[in-house]
Amino acid sequence: MTIETDHPGVMISATSGMEPGPAINAGASFLVASYEVAERTVKKFVRSPQLIVAGTAQGALFLLIFRYVFGGSIGHTGSLSYVDYFIPGFVVTSVLFSGMGAATGIAEDLQGGLFDRLRSLPIRLMSIITGRVAADTSLLVWSLAVTIFFGVLVGFRTQNGPAAAAAAFGLCVLYGFAFCWLFIGLGLVAGSPQAAQGISFLVFPLSFVSSAYVPVSTMPGWMQAFANHQPLTYMADTVRLLTEGDAANHLVDQSLRGSLVASLLWSAGIFIVFAPLTVWKLRRS
Amino acid sequence: MHALIEAQGLSKRFGKVQALDALDLTIPSGQVVAFLGPNGAGKSTFIRTVATLLRPDSGSLRVDGHDVVSEAMSIRRLIGLAGQSAAVEEMMTGRENLAMVARLYGQSRRMARTNAARILELVDLTGVGDRNVKTYSGGMRRRLDLGASLVGTPRLLLLDEPTTGLDPGSRIELWDAIRDLGNAGTDILLTTQYLDEADHLAAYIVIIDEGRVIAQGTPGELKSRAGSDRIELHTRELSGLTRAVEILAALGTGAPSCDPATRRCSVAAPGGAQLLPAVVRALDDARIAVEDITLRRPTLDEVFLALTGHATHPPARNDTFEEHVA
Repeated sequence: MTIETDHPGVMISATSGMEPGPAINAGASFLVASYEVAERTVKKFVRSPQLIVAGTAQGALFLLIFRYVFGGSIGHTGSLSYVDYFIPGFVVTSVLFSGMGAATGIAEDLQGGLFDRLRSLPIRLMSIITGRVAADTSLLVWSLAVTIFFGVLVGFRTQNGPAAAAAAFGLCVLYGFAFCWLFIGLGLVAGSPQAAQGISFLVFPLSFVSSAYVPVSTMPGWMQAFANHQPLTYMADTVRLLTEGDAANHLVDQSLRGSLVASLLWSAGIFIVFAPLTVWKLRRS
Repeated sequence: MHALIEAQGLSKRFGKVQALDALDLTIPSGQVVAFLGPNGAGKSTFIRTVATLLRPDSGSLRVDGHDVVSEAMSIRRLIGLAGQSAAVEEMMTGRENLAMVARLYGQSRRMARTNAARILELVDLTGVGDRNVKTYSGGMRRRLDLGASLVGTPRLLLLDEPTTGLDPGSRIELWDAIRDLGNAGTDILLTTQYLDEADHLAAYIVIIDEGRVIAQGTPGELKSRAGSDRIELHTRELSGLTRAVEILAALGTGAPSCDPATRRCSVAAPGGAQLLPAVVRALDDARIAVEDITLRRPTLDEVFLALTGHATHPPARNDTFEEHVA
């Protein structure tokens, strides 16, 4: 049946060329739904050049400041040049800064109403969040690559072979994936992009009170207690040991094995705690 | 055959606000139903509960026989949602948005592409289908939004304030599209705070205030509940007015009202359609020249006032939507 309306060009077809009568929609499978949701998030990012340029410029600026402004006076890195010391830490903290994007992104989705549309469709709620995490993790890979590119540009070199460097990269992605769940949870709790941005500032103390930019041994004792036991220090040290090998040994208390295990445990722990909390929060919102 | 919507003691509270207060309602299928009420009456909460986006605190709600809590997925297979509760992705084209939703409804890539093209045609957006939604006007976005809710050919279309914030031209275009869908056999549930919109689109109106159903029926029934029809006339000469009032007093019910300044008078006339010819004949016999004479039914504004004791306070037509897109 086709009804012609008063409006030229506006036709209402009740059958859509299939069986007469309204359809029962099967709904997309988990994988297809996750893929569609992920694709949308990636498209949104790729088509926002101002965001990409601003984000890249901000990262590059930070890097230049550490390399050339502070770098000259930070001199406790022994046989390891400061650029080789801090770039691994910088890359690790950049993972957290991309996480802020995930938190504000999900809060935007929630506020904009697109989430309501998705949730009214015959797909599993888990596929919406999996798609979002998959997209945010892909964007993380991109931002890691850009950060490393700038790092190499200002003089960072690995001294431990490509296999270990690749392992370090993989570890960053894994740990970024785990943190994604935390940030998405934060974004859901915050409710608005502005609030999400506000809450995300917890990445600042986490980034700076760690071994990422300076050796922990230069900090006051009470601060060392925190810095030595928080996940970023383990991550930065592991990446440092993986990329710089023996040259980094004297700067890190732990063996590569010890700090790698600690990093993996932290990643697993963050995932195990925050993935269910985030899903729970999404179900309730 | 079960009812399309069956709510029993449906309640939902947000903090201090009782959005739905033990709402009871049964709606048969096969019609366009409007939920009418002022801002904050609970309309959106109700439609969002029907769309399985909100869980009721207590009471039950069945949509086409399926429980909104335990059988949410069955309901999602049947519905399409548009309006202020749903949205489209700004950074994708209209075509991509529609294809994405079609894919999520479970359609193959090929079918999603075909359907996206068909829906673009349907909502008259083919010309801008490959532009990012960001560049669309408010009316174009709403049409795309409506289109997105149609790609699954829903059995029940839920429209949450579909025309809020639209300019009059876009509003009428959307009305036409909604009416056509209703004529084509889709059940439609829409919320609105505009009485004329409910009157234009719906065969059945449910008036909600403070989370409860305060009246329901066809537009005609609701209007007759708020008082009878009136015959109103406007004489050409002031001299004819006195005589016209006498005629109305003789034929109508109760005392006519009269306003010499505008040369108008009116009288209550239950079953006015039958009475009108007699009034016209009497005026003609008395040779009273009349500018115009009308049989006026009470407006839904008057209905709302009569039923709730307070008038509706619709906000300026632009603000809700602007906030939403901004």
